[in-house]
Amino acid sequence: MVAAASADVAFPTKGSAVTSILKKPSVLPGFGLTLGFTLSYLGILVLLPFGALIVKAGGLGWFGFWNAVLTPRVLAAFQVSFGLSLVAAAINAVFGFIVAWVLVRYQFPGKRLVDALVDLPFALPTAVAGIALSALYAPNGWVGKPLNELFGLKVAFTPLGIAIALTFVGLPFVVRTVQPILQELPPEEEEAAVSLGATRGQTFWQVVFPAVLPALVTGFALSFARGVGEYGSVIFIAGNMPGLTEILPLLIVIKLEQYDYAGAAAVGTSMLLVSFVMLLILNILQHWMRSRHAR
Amino acid sequence: MPANATASALSDPAWMRRLLIATALVFLALFLLLPLVAVFAEALRRGVSAYWAALVEEDALAAIKLTLIVAAIAVPANLVFGMAASWCVAKFDFRGKNLLITLIDLPFSVSPVISGLIYVLLFGLNGLMGPYLKSHGIQIIFAVPGLVLATIFVTFPFVARELIPLMQEQGSEEEEAALVLGASGWQTFWRVTLPNIKWGLLYGVLLCNARAMGEFGAVSVVSGHVRGYTNTMPLHVEILYNEYNFVAAFAVASVLAMLALVTLVAKTALEWRFGAELAASRHK
Repeated sequence: MVAAASADVAFPTKGSAVTSILKKPSVLPGFGLTLGFTLSYLGILVLLPFGALIVKAGGLGWFGFWNAVLTPRVLAAFQVSFGLSLVAAAINAVFGFIVAWVLVRYQFPGKRLVDALVDLPFALPTAVAGIALSALYAPNGWVGKPLNELFGLKVAFTPLGIAIALTFVGLPFVVRTVQPILQELPPEEEEAAVSLGATRGQTFWQVVFPAVLPALVTGFALSFARGVGEYGSVIFIAGNMPGLTEILPLLIVIKLEQYDYAGAAAVGTSMLLVSFVMLLILNILQHWMRSRHAR
Repeated sequence: MPANATASALSDPAWMRRLLIATALVFLALFLLLPLVAVFAEALRRGVSAYWAALVEEDALAAIKLTLIVAAIAVPANLVFGMAASWCVAKFDFRGKNLLITLIDLPFSVSPVISGLIYVLLFGLNGLMGPYLKSHGIQIIFAVPGLVLATIFVTFPFVARELIPLMQEQGSEEEEAALVLGASGWQTFWRVTLPNIKWGLLYGVLLCNARAMGEFGAVSVVSGHVRGYTNTMPLHVEILYNEYNFVAAFAVASVLAMLALVTLVAKTALEWRFGAELAASRHK
């Protein structure tokens, strides 16, 4: 394909035989040039390095790979990363839904400002969020101190701190997937339910919620996936105790620092595999819910 | 059924409205606003002069300069890529298009640490191309090229992702008309396509730049953390913080926080002012 593309660069007015088999005819020029550039750029910057990951992890062999992954420390990190990402995604599903609901259905002063603020975790560098949360929830921090004195609750350097950091980074995903669906919900459906005698509660749980649920699951999945891979905002607040508050991405960094490239590749590959399977399950679940709602 | 009963069943009671608004605002204040305020409060804890001294210190200036250099390479590279990718995806029908779109989005679904890891595995000393690079005296990992590559990777989809839906919505009629009237391919692109997509392009570049300057995980893996040489601003924040130099760490962090705020304001302004000229999927 790349060869065909360079042929097109030389003779931009003539479509080469290969491109005409590949694509439907069009009067617009530049297909070979842009596709060739896109594929080369993608190949060199994304696919080639991913190939290196697979080659390095594969170089361990079947048993070597599992020996590198199935150690108590790696398994504990799996539990921390995936477990706390699920917790954070669940917190975000609840509060993200409330935020989206409030932003779509109600009027209050400063609403547009609040709406813009929701994207802050997308824009704020993760290291900045990390040190800020760590300072807030430290035993002498603005939030950490009262929590510790009133409830004896320690947040920073415990799993709870990790959950809070992951909630921070994942929040916009839920709000931004649920918000447009809520906005486009036809008011007729709710009116019909009410005119048939449904109460407000029944209307919400049987009409509104099922329509929004697939989007909520998408938001949950995005928030969860982001949490599993998150590094910058977590490492400062986590305390990074092996087996207790050590996340998977940090374990990869530690293995790299020890020049254990193959071990790092194995942990990275297994992490991608587990994420992929979990997202696949969520996708199937979502598909099933959509088809049920459509009926 | 009396009319007011229908109305009350269609809207939430006042107490519930207040409760939900209060819940949402308290949650957002606690999770979003407070960390932002904390950054500036901690940075100014020892007064303005200590704050300023931390910013004009030699290593901090080197970090700011390096961050600007890396973004100045990564953002234009992804800008060109984004335009090329969206042109071929949005203007043509070809086999494997959906696969291509999925692959373009791939860097978004990968942990930043893995984004750095794959480059170390390829170009690092023990990496696949390590021996070859060493024998030719080329250093990529623990040097600026590695930082640039990792940054390009994590910001890869931003521009393409914004432009593809926008150009798909706009269709190709205007371009076809220009070509029929005798314009060349490049003339059509510069005078017809580019003016149509300029706000969407700016939107994508804005988000791409914010991520490029703020990226931490991926560049942390490839940087090697050499003060003054391979430390970008986020990495410098980490070093200062780990040295318990909190005022300096938060001072550098506050510059990044201001960048985030400027990005948010510009992004929101674009959404309000040119919402119709951005991809519909963005501003619903």
